[in-house]
Amino acid sequence: MPGEAPLALNQTPDVLVIGGGNAALCAALTAREAGASVLILEHAPREMRGGNSRHTRNLRLMHEGPTKLLGDSYSEKEYWDDLMRVTKGKTDEKLARTTIRLSSDLMPWMERHGVRFQPSLTGTLDLSRTNAFFLGGGKALLNSYYTTAEKLGVSVRYGAEVQELKRDGNEIREVLVSREGVMETFRPKTVVVASGGFQANIAWLKEIWGDAADNFIIRGTPYAKGRVLKNLLDQGIASVGDPSQFHAVAIDARAPKFDGGIVTRLDCVPFSIVVNQEAQRFYDEGQDMWPKRYAIWGRLVAQCAGQTAYSIFDAKSVNLFMPSVFPAKRADNLPGLAQQLGLDPIQLEATVAQYNSAVAAGSFNPRVLDDCHTDGLVPPKSHWARRIDTPPYYAYPLRPGITFTYLGIRIDEQARALTTDGGAMTNLFAAGEIMSGNILGEGYLAGFGMTLGSVFGRIAGKEAAHHAIK
Amino acid sequence: MQSSNTTDEARRLLEICNACRYCEGFCAVFPAIELRRSFTNGDLNYLANLCHNCRGCYYACQYAPPHEFAINLPKTLAELRGETYVEYAWPKPFAVFFKKNGTVVSIATALGIAAVFLLTAGLQSPQILKDVHTGPGAFYKVIPEGAMIGVALGTTGFAILAMVIGAIRFWRDTGGGKATGLHALATAARDVLTLRYLGGAGDGCNNRDEQFSQTRRVYHHALFYGFTLCMGSTTVAAIYDHILGWPAPYAFLSVPVLLGTFGGIGMMIGTAGLYWLKLVGDQTPTARKWMGSDYALLMQLFLAAATGLALLVFRSSSAMGALLALHLGIIFSFFAMMPYSKFVHGVYRSAALLRYAHERRNSGQPEVATHS
Repeated sequence: MPGEAPLALNQTPDVLVIGGGNAALCAALTAREAGASVLILEHAPREMRGGNSRHTRNLRLMHEGPTKLLGDSYSEKEYWDDLMRVTKGKTDEKLARTTIRLSSDLMPWMERHGVRFQPSLTGTLDLSRTNAFFLGGGKALLNSYYTTAEKLGVSVRYGAEVQELKRDGNEIREVLVSREGVMETFRPKTVVVASGGFQANIAWLKEIWGDAADNFIIRGTPYAKGRVLKNLLDQGIASVGDPSQFHAVAIDARAPKFDGGIVTRLDCVPFSIVVNQEAQRFYDEGQDMWPKRYAIWGRLVAQCAGQTAYSIFDAKSVNLFMPSVFPAKRADNLPGLAQQLGLDPIQLEATVAQYNSAVAAGSFNPRVLDDCHTDGLVPPKSHWARRIDTPPYYAYPLRPGITFTYLGIRIDEQARALTTDGGAMTNLFAAGEIMSGNILGEGYLAGFGMTLGSVFGRIAGKEAAHHAIK
Repeated sequence: MQSSNTTDEARRLLEICNACRYCEGFCAVFPAIELRRSFTNGDLNYLANLCHNCRGCYYACQYAPPHEFAINLPKTLAELRGETYVEYAWPKPFAVFFKKNGTVVSIATALGIAAVFLLTAGLQSPQILKDVHTGPGAFYKVIPEGAMIGVALGTTGFAILAMVIGAIRFWRDTGGGKATGLHALATAARDVLTLRYLGGAGDGCNNRDEQFSQTRRVYHHALFYGFTLCMGSTTVAAIYDHILGWPAPYAFLSVPVLLGTFGGIGMMIGTAGLYWLKLVGDQTPTARKWMGSDYALLMQLFLAAATGLALLVFRSSSAMGALLALHLGIIFSFFAMMPYSKFVHGVYRSAALLRYAHERRNSGQPEVATHS
């Protein structure tokens, strides 16, 4: 298989990178170019390599003036304000500002390592000034990085799951790895952990969320088990981020348990009413523009009975949003639709009738916060409220789709892992989702995960190489 | 309307692609998908022929196997493309030639060669194939002028008629409408002549793995323009012979021989290169079922060029008669099978590019940014 490390591989690389996504590859490339020998341990097989980066499509870049791809400017101040707005201040300002500032240098570096860009995709106008889109998406980006890494002499082992990092004082001495049922021991000079969060570890999620976790859908890689994260936290590495929190959006309930990615998203909520299993509404579907609201719906649906809700709309709205992977449920009348969804037909009709009678006249415009709203309805629908009265009627079943978890390991500006006793590890560095909680304590900003992974991947790679070969 | 497993599979994939759109920058297929929310069979046939099988989307796809969505768009569209050749073939009974097309074309070639040898030996004399013939009209001593011209006009005329009818059927089935806008025609012509969509987004297409290369485009250009030069050579020679009264053979530095020489060399390089790429390439994003068809056409074109060049080199020797019979046998079978071989990909793909140029212009969607 191309890119496989030879069997007689030196088990004492200068830099051992754990993980195979964007941050891992940025670290590996940087360390290799600094002269270090580098080995990547990727848990997934080659075909599924790349963690959640497989499903990404852009990253958010600061730029003081127009670039060849991004128009106008996106200043440090505006970027910082956006970050403060979504995190509500739960961020480490130094690390956050480092990320923002260094994001302005990323594009040429990425292009030098094979990444290609394209104009912002159709339907993403809101991101066209701030976010640069990868041609072909995240998997294409990863392919470029892996190809470049292999050309530079980085070794890659797929299907290699790290079981344990052995801490000795402020150093990692050994890394135990299982691959095809065989345990191997590595003694690297330095280690970069870029192995993501724990969102794919359902048992772990159940410790926090109970049986509801069985109904959560994991939008990304099934390999983000959090084993490395847990192992390090158990050995006195300092944690960061709320251990009980995750980022989630409302997605199609029929999505695969893992790795459904972008196509399972549903953008229909603002043009619909959303009901729970009692066929009752529970939140303002038209509160704000959808890109600003989709993340709260993950949480809202997670709190519903059975972690399931239903977005219901009529023929007027069917073409107002991006198509998604599964067709909507469809019926000529509301009782028929209720039957397909397993809802009480009488209650659904009553809920729709109550909503319809509260809809005030207005001029509908899906592109702005229009004046179509409800009067005297609890909860209200503040915008895009139109009567649901034109058959056929449609519905999408919704479930929470978890993107990532916030718990991570605390790092300093050199991406060194910090310890609970206030020290810093000398040869352990972290990048990507496993440390994103330092900067992204809450919420999410589109494309920021890839920015953060790229910036701290490069920092971790540089520092690790420096430490290993000084 | 045809409806097959391939049609259903193509529809399933395109609906997922339309929800994802990450590949929008690769080629014309994805922007064309995005102009639709559902896909008629005609739409699918159009998109199948718009796809150049560059495979960029396959390696970029987050849903490619072993993902449970199992998206392999180049393979599925290639399979469907083959079915469209059957569907639009004229006259209908001849569509059967697309079944086991590789074998059919190979046998037809062998029969064509045998027929020319047998007819020459039988109607003329076996000795004619062994004699040395030189000077103006030397080739006609082996194959009489009337027979050569009659067969040539008959086969090419029929081939053109059949392919034009096929193109009209394709056009009607994929939406009809006028196709006369000058801008769209110019855009489509440029896209055809530059093989724009084998260029990926500047770095070429995929052959063996995730890495990009312009190799396939370069070989196809060598073949296409080599073939064009050979057609030019034949046309000039026809003018020399029938209008100016200068029958072949012509001097090595004459226009027809120069065109034919460079054209023939181009065709040999192109066909050998494309053959090699098929052998070493990743077979996963291809339609294995139609590989025989690809190989057969490449073989025909390679042999046509190789025997043409051999004829040039040995035309003053006693091998000329046999080489001429061999060359004309291959050419004859090539033109006879043209509407029922992989050759038709050029017809339908050009028509698909023309449709794309039209709908693009009418949609107001911005041009896709490929840096070709």
